[in-house]
Amino acid sequence: MFGRLTWQAIPWSEPIPLIAAGVVGLFLLAVIGWVFVKGYAPYLWREWITSVDHKRIGVMYCLLALVMLLRGFSDAAMMRSQQALAFHSPGYLPPDHYDQIFSAHGTIMIFFVAMPFVIGLMNFVVPLQLGVRDVAFPTLNSVSFWLTASGALLVNVSLVVGEFARTGWLPYPPLSELQYSPGVGVDYYLWSLQISGAGTLLSGVNLVTTILKMRAPGLSYTRMPVFCWTALASNLLIVAAFPILTAVTAMLLLDRYLGFHFFTNELGGNPMMFVNLIWAWGHPEVYILILPAFGVFSEVIATFSRKPLFGYRSMVAATMAICVLSFMVWLHHFFTMGAGADVNGFFGIMTMIIAVPTGVKVYNWLFTMYGGRVHFSTPMLWSIGFMVTFVIGGMTGVLMAIPPADFVLHNSLFLIAHFHNVIIGGVLFGAFAGYTYWFPKAFGFQLDERWGKCAFWLWFLGFYTAFMPLYVLGLLGMTRRMQHFDRPEWYPWVLIAGAGAVLITLGICAQVIQLAVSIRNRALLADLTGDPWDGRTLEWATASPPPAFNFAVLPNVTGEEPYWGMKERARALAHLLTTEPSYEAISVPRNSPTGVVTAFFAVFLGFAMIWRIYWLAGLGFVGIYAAFVVFAWRDRSEEEISAAEVARLDRANRMMRSSVLAEEAS
Amino acid sequence: MVARWFAELSRNGSGPKFLVLALTSMLAAGCQGSVLDPVGPVADGERLILMDALGIMLVIVVPTVLTTLWFAWWFRASNGAALYRPAWVYSDKLEVVVWCIPALTVLFLGGLAWTGSHKLDPARPLQSRVSPLEVQVVSLDWKWLFIYPDQHVAVVNRLVLPVGRPVHFRLTSSSVMNVFFVPRLAGEIYTMNGMVTELNLQADRTGNYPGLSAQFSGDGFAGMHFDTEVMSGSSFDQFIEQARAAPARLDDDAYKSISRPSEGVPVQLFGNVTDGLFENIASRRLPPGEGPTGTGRPYGSTAGED
Repeated sequence: MFGRLTWQAIPWSEPIPLIAAGVVGLFLLAVIGWVFVKGYAPYLWREWITSVDHKRIGVMYCLLALVMLLRGFSDAAMMRSQQALAFHSPGYLPPDHYDQIFSAHGTIMIFFVAMPFVIGLMNFVVPLQLGVRDVAFPTLNSVSFWLTASGALLVNVSLVVGEFARTGWLPYPPLSELQYSPGVGVDYYLWSLQISGAGTLLSGVNLVTTILKMRAPGLSYTRMPVFCWTALASNLLIVAAFPILTAVTAMLLLDRYLGFHFFTNELGGNPMMFVNLIWAWGHPEVYILILPAFGVFSEVIATFSRKPLFGYRSMVAATMAICVLSFMVWLHHFFTMGAGADVNGFFGIMTMIIAVPTGVKVYNWLFTMYGGRVHFSTPMLWSIGFMVTFVIGGMTGVLMAIPPADFVLHNSLFLIAHFHNVIIGGVLFGAFAGYTYWFPKAFGFQLDERWGKCAFWLWFLGFYTAFMPLYVLGLLGMTRRMQHFDRPEWYPWVLIAGAGAVLITLGICAQVIQLAVSIRNRALLADLTGDPWDGRTLEWATASPPPAFNFAVLPNVTGEEPYWGMKERARALAHLLTTEPSYEAISVPRNSPTGVVTAFFAVFLGFAMIWRIYWLAGLGFVGIYAAFVVFAWRDRSEEEISAAEVARLDRANRMMRSSVLAEEAS
Repeated sequence: MVARWFAELSRNGSGPKFLVLALTSMLAAGCQGSVLDPVGPVADGERLILMDALGIMLVIVVPTVLTTLWFAWWFRASNGAALYRPAWVYSDKLEVVVWCIPALTVLFLGGLAWTGSHKLDPARPLQSRVSPLEVQVVSLDWKWLFIYPDQHVAVVNRLVLPVGRPVHFRLTSSSVMNVFFVPRLAGEIYTMNGMVTELNLQADRTGNYPGLSAQFSGDGFAGMHFDTEVMSGSSFDQFIEQARAAPARLDDDAYKSISRPSEGVPVQLFGNVTDGLFENIASRRLPPGEGPTGTGRPYGSTAGED
């Protein structure tokens, strides 16, 4: 009846996961109770859960990322503290527990923090920057988000029901095959990724279509903001790379469930095939994450230097070059598997070539600041912190692209230091810059600057304290994933890294406080004009938060830097803003519970497959299909907002804006 | 403040030098017993390439970082003395420069990578008048088996090598993947069941150099390290004699027994080894080991994570 699921699956004898899950469970119950008692439930259902508005979905993606960041960071804190205690000692986490923690840390940070964060930012910003009313497929967008959330939920269920993978965040066979990992841990990993991966792929299709087919009048490719270009490149990579992930996890599932032999030791299986395939997805994946971050920095640096981006065309060319090249370098993840010198040499050189467009980007940001008026607001601090940190991370990356150097650095803590150097210093700093930069657009008030700067400095110093020692440890021959060690020369560096984790903890606390303080002072921090940073792109041309239809009248773009151009003209001809456009009724997509219902059944499907409860899996599948059928047969897909309502909403916005411009002019 | 300090340092020209000095001295302090302190030609070649590449890149990276801080500081909004060119968005000359700097760097490094990959290919035999010592390595769960096929002896968890003589390793695994790594002697190489990888190295100084697995292989992974003892030729011969005197014999049954998962296994000598044992493991005539879960933890009683 319940497959392999028994009471034994709950780790009664392990206090850490039980207490952690208990606290999280109580917190969730409290939130849900509060929502119902206060009567917010219908509002949440109507305005958020079933919303197909790209802005709401983008915000929910970012919220998911922030919550999962707390989870992933708790894992990191446990790893650092375990290693700090595990010198000549078993520490407090036994190997089977420690192995799950580092596997979960990597899986969560990549798939459920970094991915939702950048996808959330793209979802929120891209249609606004393109000057359009939504993404190409609004309901599909909601399905994508909820499928990602389902995957995140399944990973977290493994905390208390069964176990998570003990194989690392990329489960290399044969260790991850049924013979060597008979538990449900790897199955949790695989089904979570199948479900959330499908969501990511759909999201990629959606954004590519949006950027290619839906742009405001006059917004040609060469006038698109660089963030849209990086989003295009990133989503093209998603569309090309995520099917590989789906295929390779499906093959491992077939091995584990139906006795196939894709990657087994015996009967013609080849574990190296898995390693090739997973990295054929895995390397483009890092560019999927970093390219949108590059886009954020391009917007932020231009805005806070009060100058257009330097070398726009170079920037676009570099972005697309990275997009193509990122598919030709995957073998550098396993130079030490004994491929010949020619193969290693080729992939080493290809890897370095990516450093050329990346280097160009750094110089272009540099020259954007040159001759500018640099304002050190929080988003700009993250950007400068990024430029300094990322250059170091890029250098160590190119170092490891040289096969003989990689021979002594592969799988060592030097590698760990390198990719945290680029992922924290690049992707996460970018996500935080974007979060601070676009927060007023999403919610109508700015984030507190003092706590924001405090968070930046704690993160920045914390990062260096936590990860620079890892470079040294890597050179000292310490490899990753060590549950305990007995080499005295490693010990002091491990302790310093632990101190860095404490600083980062404080940084995260500062961010939580920043959010709380900003919500409390939201009246003081309100953004009335919709353009708090004196922005240059179209998202700043509408109110904060934007109305459901984004723009009352679609903007007409006449040059690069769409909104800046309009503002310049408006300053010159003050009457432009006083002549009112003729408003028309606007159709917006209707809300739909399709996404959340699909995800609901997907969770059951995944959970049932993990525990081999096949009847429940069947039910889950039927539920997903039924949700799709009901959606496909819907009668009405759009709602109309009357011209009077559009006019009413837009007039307030225009009045506020023209008064600000008039003030500036006088 | 830091930015001004950096800016001043870079203005009077001592900035880059100072930083390189600080970095290298920090590395020097940390490199005792590290991959930067090699004891053989292979590890030395790898260290040299590492340092060359680092040097080439620091020439670019240090000025870039300093310029970033300098620009950000000098062009701050409150600095009225700074140039303001809000419309300056393109320059032919600068475009050429910004594409050329990284391209030239990569041209240098690409050459280094190509020649380095060939010169230091782990499968490439070392040039020497002495014939290489053959050693076969099998990664077991969770220990290392070293077979000396010409001497017909084998050792668990201890690698003994003669000084100054090239060593040719052939490596495989009994079950899951591992990576064989002695940081001060040579680079890493994977061990995989059903496949044989090769590694050549030579130790030029006697001593004891730690080795370990660099690929996570299950719960006992952290304990999967061994000592590499490099000794004089005569001591090595003595060691072989001592090993030959050991009563234990490594045949198929003994291999099956030691390949079962175990941790913290003491050094064990085998005075005799069945011919072709390594080939039988590598070609799977001997079936793969029962692997990491063989410790027999009953299903379902395992821990959840954090």
